[in-house]
Amino acid sequence: MSMPGTLLQTPLHDRHVELGARMVPFAGWEMPVQYEGVIPEHRAVRTDAGVFDVSHMGELEVEGPHARELLQGALSNDLDRLSPGEAQYTLLTNGDGGIVDDLIVYRVGEHSYLLVVNAANRETDYRWLKEREIRGSDVRDVSDDCALLAVQGPRAIERLGLPAAAPFTFAETSIDGVEVMVNRTGYTGEDGCELLCMSEDAVRLWDAVVGRGAVPCGLGARDTLRLEVCYPLHGNDIGPETDPISAGLGWTCALDKEFEGVDVLRRVKADGPGRRLVAFVMEEKAIPRQGMTIEGGGEVTSGSHSPMLEVGIGMGYVPAAAAKAGTELTIDVRGRPRRARVVKKPIYTRED
Amino acid sequence: MAAAESYPDDLKYHSEHDWARVEGDEAALGITWFAADALGELVHFEPPEVGSQVTKDQTYGEVESVKAVSDVIAPLSGEVLAVNEQVVEAPETVNEDPYGKGWLVRIRLSDPGEADGLLDAGAYRQVLADQ
Repeated sequence: MSMPGTLLQTPLHDRHVELGARMVPFAGWEMPVQYEGVIPEHRAVRTDAGVFDVSHMGELEVEGPHARELLQGALSNDLDRLSPGEAQYTLLTNGDGGIVDDLIVYRVGEHSYLLVVNAANRETDYRWLKEREIRGSDVRDVSDDCALLAVQGPRAIERLGLPAAAPFTFAETSIDGVEVMVNRTGYTGEDGCELLCMSEDAVRLWDAVVGRGAVPCGLGARDTLRLEVCYPLHGNDIGPETDPISAGLGWTCALDKEFEGVDVLRRVKADGPGRRLVAFVMEEKAIPRQGMTIEGGGEVTSGSHSPMLEVGIGMGYVPAAAAKAGTELTIDVRGRPRRARVVKKPIYTRED
Repeated sequence: MAAAESYPDDLKYHSEHDWARVEGDEAALGITWFAADALGELVHFEPPEVGSQVTKDQTYGEVESVKAVSDVIAPLSGEVLAVNEQVVEAPETVNEDPYGKGWLVRIRLSDPGEADGLLDAGAYRQVLADQ
């Protein structure tokens, strides 16, 4: 536990400072928001390869003969679709169908799972699952033992010397002598992987990855990259008060199985949600920001400048009737009405 | 490319990180290298309207980077004669050349005497050193 006012540091903290990163508080951690700049880092990931320290994220191990039963009742996606060596994007839901957290679950073995969760929700998720533990299941927070590096971009896999592999699979291997779990996952919309290693190996792994030409990238670029491809950010676009159906995450909810809040979600799905999380692009010069009002009863939940499209982009909830691609929106940008248009997700796709 | 840190001697400075280049009863206004560097690469400039009045110590526009929005404070009062359209179209011009091509507006001074209350480059550097 951190003392009030004390920020946690990842094992790579000193490396970030040496590289000239601008460090900021994020979810109780002192994290690099940028090194050279958000825009060049963002473009490095879209054109070549970048590396992010995401060691602030939480890792929970759930093991035992009844681990599956515990998780199947707590997570929205169908765990039975996973074989050992596979991973799945899923949601931890509450009784109202709200989203406690979004996470990736890795099936490590027959009776062994690893959950990689948002830094801000690590303790909530741990307590949530611990309270629901059943005989034959054991939940442990192993976050402090782990470091996590996201290596992302069209050349990321090639630069790491790794073989091609299917998305949402993982394997153990070593990179330049460092033992890692290579997860074919990410939060940028690009090819790449996330490398999980022991905390004490983090600096050696970071140096190896940077030595192989991945550009150090901060949380600033991580946010603009995920927004361009419309990956939701928990705490902005989704949260305990928002349901997955309205958020466009119905595909992560196996409504034919029993899990917390499933009744509510079946009802929302049957009735149709009253509002939907849409993606939009500004049609006038302006940058939408979280919390801005959308005329007609909506709100921006994420907004930024798109480094690839060079316009303001965002996501927000609007009444279902205004959720169709092509619908014009008016956003209140600090008192100035500015036009935007609903677009199909993702906002950005590479022109091949 | 972002410019190297500098605070030219021929400018007057406001402690909110704004500069003025006074020429007779007109002045060009902009933000200092320090402000541009702190924000990061600018991606939006929300200018005032030509013909509107700006008032010393008050906001006359906004500049935004990917992550942040910042008000721009007027170091002097006057009527906006021109807005730098190059900065509206390519806001990163401010990072590249904060005191040259990256000026924001030109104003006609309503009280040229106000300039006497601004900082010279040395005093502004001291403001930065004291932060």
